[in-house]
Amino acid sequence: MAVNMDQGLYRRRQITNYLGMATSMVAMALGLTVLLWILLVLFSNGFAALDWDMLTKDTPAPGTDGGGLRNAIVGSLMMVGLSVLVATPVGILAGIYLTEYGDRSKTAELTRFVTDIMLSAPSIVIGLFVYAIVVATLGRFSGYAGSMALALIAVPVVMRTTENMLRLVPGSLREAAFALGAPRWKVSLSVTLRAAKSGVITGLLLAIARISGETAPLLFTALNNQFFSTDMSRPMANLPVVIYQFAMSPYDNWIRLAWGGALLVTLAVLVLNILARVFFREKTSV
Amino acid sequence: MPDKTPTSNAIEVRNLDFYYGKFKGLKNVNLDIAENRVTAFIGPSGCGKSTLLRTLNRMYSLYPGQRAEGQINFYGQNILDKGQDLNLLRAQIGMVFQKPTPFPMSIYDNIAFGVRLYENLSRSDMDERVESALTKAAIWNEVKDKLGQSGLSLSGGQQQRLCIARTVAVKPKVILLDEPTSALDPISTAKVEELVSELKKEYTVAIVTHNMQQAARVSDFTAYMYLGELVEFGQTEQIFMKPAKQETEDYITGRFG
Repeated sequence: MAVNMDQGLYRRRQITNYLGMATSMVAMALGLTVLLWILLVLFSNGFAALDWDMLTKDTPAPGTDGGGLRNAIVGSLMMVGLSVLVATPVGILAGIYLTEYGDRSKTAELTRFVTDIMLSAPSIVIGLFVYAIVVATLGRFSGYAGSMALALIAVPVVMRTTENMLRLVPGSLREAAFALGAPRWKVSLSVTLRAAKSGVITGLLLAIARISGETAPLLFTALNNQFFSTDMSRPMANLPVVIYQFAMSPYDNWIRLAWGGALLVTLAVLVLNILARVFFREKTSV
Repeated sequence: MPDKTPTSNAIEVRNLDFYYGKFKGLKNVNLDIAENRVTAFIGPSGCGKSTLLRTLNRMYSLYPGQRAEGQINFYGQNILDKGQDLNLLRAQIGMVFQKPTPFPMSIYDNIAFGVRLYENLSRSDMDERVESALTKAAIWNEVKDKLGQSGLSLSGGQQQRLCIARTVAVKPKVILLDEPTSALDPISTAKVEELVSELKKEYTVAIVTHNMQQAARVSDFTAYMYLGELVEFGQTEQIFMKPAKQETEDYITGRFG
């Protein structure tokens, strides 16, 4: 400690320090309160709505009692599933291109720029795009169109996380593989991607979490379906749109189902986020 | 013990200049790397010794903006010529790096990875190859019961010997070692040094080291480099006992560097 310490200066610094800490604590408390409030309302209404019928019965017609969300749950699972199947290889391969092949080239920079725009594009724009390209052309709403819209949202997420995770792999590991005479594709797939595996999986899970709650892109693509259907070339029921429609309806049982659906989606996203954390922790502990 | 019996040259470097963009990293380097001998490169940080090593397997070609001019003849073939198959070249001129770089796969697959690139071996032949490579790298006894475990589970010294085994497994003609012990503890260092003397029976070895005692212990020939130039090159004994140039003597005796 300095011998000639200026006591006034020291006190002032201490006060600033406390003030800084206090403001950030208040900000944190505000954010946390709102979040907990939302969850509290959702959980109390959602769990009250949760019953066996919700999983086994289909969405009720207007004015009828009871009903469930079976068709919407299955529709959501199918559309999210298909879009992940499409977005995963495209996103990962594009991410590999960005780090291992393109790197600083003009094409890669352009791709990155466009991807960033796609990442922040309002999802309703994506929905409208697919509507114009697929729905308007074929003349009908379909599960495939819905999957395509969701995949378009997922691809940039997967791509950028893959790129970022591959960048964390030390260059020395790549060099070591090249030094054995391995061609670039082999180095990328067997060594670099493998080293970044848990990070890439984390990105995938977060992308799934992101698209499973999307409503806007499905409004114009998959639309909705009051009945149970696994035909993806037809309009398809899905949780987000059902929540959207039912929540604004005058029927009590519809509103109850909307709460139940919202809870299901939230829980699914929560589980995905926890899984993502577990995977990422595994990576750091290796 | 340094071996002075003459052999033919595995690599002949002629008038080699190297550029990192505009910066000239190597200036007119000429030297021969003798077959089945250990050639050491010493010199202060940034003198170009690692750069020189990285031209020998064209590792620099991974990076745009880096280029070499001159000739590097590898058994008579100029590897700086256009149209070289760099993958094939690197399979013949192996390299081990400063930090151990095990691949994120099992110990067995770490060794088999390089072999599978160019050879289609039966399971039993591959088992044999893995065992012989790990034996040559003096690590077989430590890992033979856990070949299925991740290469990352080994200690630093073991990882480095695993990397040497991986390089040996593809049966290269030359092995380049880029400061292979600088990240290791003294005991692991001693093991790797022992290994280097063993390797020269079958391979030509070029080693970059910032540890002069190490160069004196393991090499037959030593090159002293400074600021991208080859200052002095000769038999290790001569370089360390009676260097021809004052600069070499200053560096070796610790008055400089």
